[in-house]
Amino acid sequence: MKPEYDPDGYRRDGPDFTGEPLHAKLTETWRDGPGLLGWIRSVDHKSIGRRYLVTALVFLALGGVLAALMRLQLSGAEREIIGPDRYNQIFTMHGTTMMFLFAVPVMDAMAIYLVPLMIGTRNTAFPRLNAFSYWMYLAGGLLLWIAFVLNVGPDAGWFSYVPLAGPEFSPGKRIDVWAQMVTFTEVAALAVAVSLTATILKKRAPGMTLARMPLFVWSILVVSLMVIFSMPSVATASGLLLSDRLVGTQFYNSYEFGDSLLWQHLFWFFGHPEVYIIFLPAAGFVSEIVQAFTGRRTFGYTAIVLALIATGLLAFGLWVHHMFATGLPRLGYAFYTAASMAVSIPTGIQIFCWLATIWTGRPRFMVPLLWVVGFVVTFVIGGLSGVMLASVPIDLQVHDTYFVVAHFHYVLIGGAVFPLLGAITYWFPKFTGRMMSERLGKVGFWLSFLSFHATFFPMHIMGIEGMPRRIYTYPAGMGWETLNLISSLGAVVFATSVGIFVVNMLLSLRKGERAPDNPWNASGLEWATSSPPPPYNFAHLPIVQDHTPMWNDERPVAYGLRVEDREMLISTVIEAVPDVREPSPNPTAWPLIAAAASTVLFVASMFTPWAVVIGAVPVAAALIAWFWPKDMNHEGEPVIE
Amino acid sequence: MKRAFAISAVFALGGCGGIQSAAGRDGMEGSLIGGLFEVFLWTTAAVYLFVLAYLAIALVRGRRHRREAAGLQGQPPPDADRKWRTGLIVFTGATALILAGLTIATWLTDRALAKAEQDSPVEIEVIGHQWWWEVRYDDPIPSRMVRTANELHLPVGRNARITLKSNDVIHSLWVPNLAGKQDLIPGRIADLVLHPERTGVFRAQCAEFCGLQHAKMALDVTVESEADFGRWKAAQLRPPPVPTGGGALAGYSLFQSRQCSSCHAIAGTPASGMVAPDLSHVASRRTIAAGTLPTTHANLAAWIDDPQAVKPGNNMPEVPLTEAELGAVTAYLETLK
Repeated sequence: MKPEYDPDGYRRDGPDFTGEPLHAKLTETWRDGPGLLGWIRSVDHKSIGRRYLVTALVFLALGGVLAALMRLQLSGAEREIIGPDRYNQIFTMHGTTMMFLFAVPVMDAMAIYLVPLMIGTRNTAFPRLNAFSYWMYLAGGLLLWIAFVLNVGPDAGWFSYVPLAGPEFSPGKRIDVWAQMVTFTEVAALAVAVSLTATILKKRAPGMTLARMPLFVWSILVVSLMVIFSMPSVATASGLLLSDRLVGTQFYNSYEFGDSLLWQHLFWFFGHPEVYIIFLPAAGFVSEIVQAFTGRRTFGYTAIVLALIATGLLAFGLWVHHMFATGLPRLGYAFYTAASMAVSIPTGIQIFCWLATIWTGRPRFMVPLLWVVGFVVTFVIGGLSGVMLASVPIDLQVHDTYFVVAHFHYVLIGGAVFPLLGAITYWFPKFTGRMMSERLGKVGFWLSFLSFHATFFPMHIMGIEGMPRRIYTYPAGMGWETLNLISSLGAVVFATSVGIFVVNMLLSLRKGERAPDNPWNASGLEWATSSPPPPYNFAHLPIVQDHTPMWNDERPVAYGLRVEDREMLISTVIEAVPDVREPSPNPTAWPLIAAAASTVLFVASMFTPWAVVIGAVPVAAALIAWFWPKDMNHEGEPVIE
Repeated sequence: MKRAFAISAVFALGGCGGIQSAAGRDGMEGSLIGGLFEVFLWTTAAVYLFVLAYLAIALVRGRRHRREAAGLQGQPPPDADRKWRTGLIVFTGATALILAGLTIATWLTDRALAKAEQDSPVEIEVIGHQWWWEVRYDDPIPSRMVRTANELHLPVGRNARITLKSNDVIHSLWVPNLAGKQDLIPGRIADLVLHPERTGVFRAQCAEFCGLQHAKMALDVTVESEADFGRWKAAQLRPPPVPTGGGALAGYSLFQSRQCSSCHAIAGTPASGMVAPDLSHVASRRTIAAGTLPTTHANLAAWIDDPQAVKPGNNMPEVPLTEAELGAVTAYLETLK
């Protein structure tokens, strides 16, 4: 074993340098600076993950308020509470906020916080890129919501179909705001995806081979690769739209040799994978929760990993099922029907495996597992109505009706938000050092579960009964009033139950029972460190020998990382053999400055194309400063065995 | 599974589903799709029941294991997992088979829908506008072409081929009682074949978000006997009589001399604007403003008086008229049967 001082004169952790002195030294090296400046300069994945999570939950609340307003307006026929102009902004904002500012970022948030802990490392691979990503996301969200408050909120739907969203039918800045918000969030999502992919592939603890990686980490790896392949499509789409709107190109103008369907292809080539980008992390949550609360390894590890990968691949072959009513060739549709049906196979496999785990395990029915049970009961309905929608003739009837609204809320709330709430309950002690209230959690769960179905189940019938989506009012006597009223009442209770969850979080944050390191007796490495984790995550890097390191009596660790500089271990991609020790960046404000410069460029480019030229100068300056060669204390070095 | 029964009940009650309902099945396409929907509904309901049963047993079994075992972790015996692996393979195979069956059922239905497009259909052109429907009945003899708005008359038992175009943004024509929807996309031409099997009055509505008044863009659909259809068409071909006196004559003059005639056309009069609905027989239509209001004296007057109050944001400007002028124009429009 290594002595406290290496021959090269740097201090390293080791069996003789451990405990409190090591803690003090590592904390000094890895912690964020003090005060506001420290806060904005932070590159710690936990700080960034936390602020990402809080921001995403704020957007969830805002999106929820919009949903409540819509349910108020639709609670009866011919209501005149909200006019068409505001209503169209509201449903556009609801969809845009939930998809771009809540669902994807909240999964990013969980991944940023958890992945380094779950794979046993000290930070993400590109900590500054992570920080940059958060600032871009925040700027995009603020842009959208400030515009909405100023009555410049987008009003052409979260999908912004052209030509409605084009320069002729949507003059003014509303659609530009939407398109630039997309640019912001795409940059943010791509930055996180790149950072997480590199982290997962290169920063795993010694011995954590790909085949031993926690299932949540697998899901994030698949999702990050999906983001890298799908997001450029929507960034292209929104870029072309801005260019049509701002400088008079005609990409989407059918009468000038453009094509309005081009938008739909580009948008849904991103838009469909997006659904799985939201669902797969949730599937990862479920795998982790099931494993922890049944006390056995999730059955069918390999099958689940293959299912995640299969979903990730198939997700790119389905987008045309959003376009069945556009009159594309029938033979082509048949392919997309088959592909859309096929994607339910890997999802079915995962559900089979989770239930088999519960069957053969020893489940403890605590709140996170309840959310999983609620997830299965709800999500499967959404999956099966999805099978119906894959069928072209059926889709032609129910496409763009409330049947579809019901379907995707079953899939997105049942399939992603329920597991997310379970996951927040599950990892809350790790995030905060305190347990969430079990009793309040159960009340919240049952109320959410029941009111969710009361809100969204009637929408299936509304759709079959002919109620289209995106209408701000409907005439009396269509047979829709009772169903809408039930749905609106359900929504009131549902909003309350989400409120209970939030109250539970806030109360527990202040008064919750203190959490030990591993309160659930779970198996993953994130439970090997204290709750909440210290800034450096692990005093000594854990060595992994199987899938469930925390269930072994023996927990070996590796020594030899520097303690006075930020240093991380790089391991090989497949076998996670220690390879190189690499310096990790210190806190810096440059990501924030670069994000601010990019914000100026993006926002100004809604008004003049010259902003792209002139605005590029400060962005370039910020990036040069960001990447300016540091006075490196050291280069990457091979591992000393 | 009470829910599945509930939807099925809605669906099976064919014809009782209301005037704008996919459960209506008043046309051949609608019936074929309804039949396919039932196949899907019962299959998915069975799958859902299976999952629920599996979940329930898993919870009960799991709970029993929990009571039996004191320890926390540990793996079940390896051969138990082998049994489950076989189960997983069987489950996956069964899922694939069911999905293959549903895919084939889809293709068969789609083929049946694609085939039913022959034999001397009624040729209709529907053009989407923000936010109303222009409807033209084509005829080889130009003088026998009919131009109307926001209403569709179809003879029962005969195919109607509808050519779909859009004048501005994407709309979608959906007569749920008769068939699935089809988008109207600017720069493209699509068609939709309807084969109504029952007479009746139905409602269609735009199904693709098309802007501010997407919610108030509906269309009345009347399916009638071949004879009634012939009578309706003949009536549409007759220019309305020019009023000879009274308020209606004053209304006629106002219509021609004020802004009205620059957008609206009335057959047999100088009014020939093409950007707004043809009003030649507006009083014979059931509703005005694209299905927004029933055609009554009061509604017509309210609409002409302040169209922005009825349907905010629509393209009809408010034409300043005195009380008397308003009454006259309304009286004139009411003669346009």
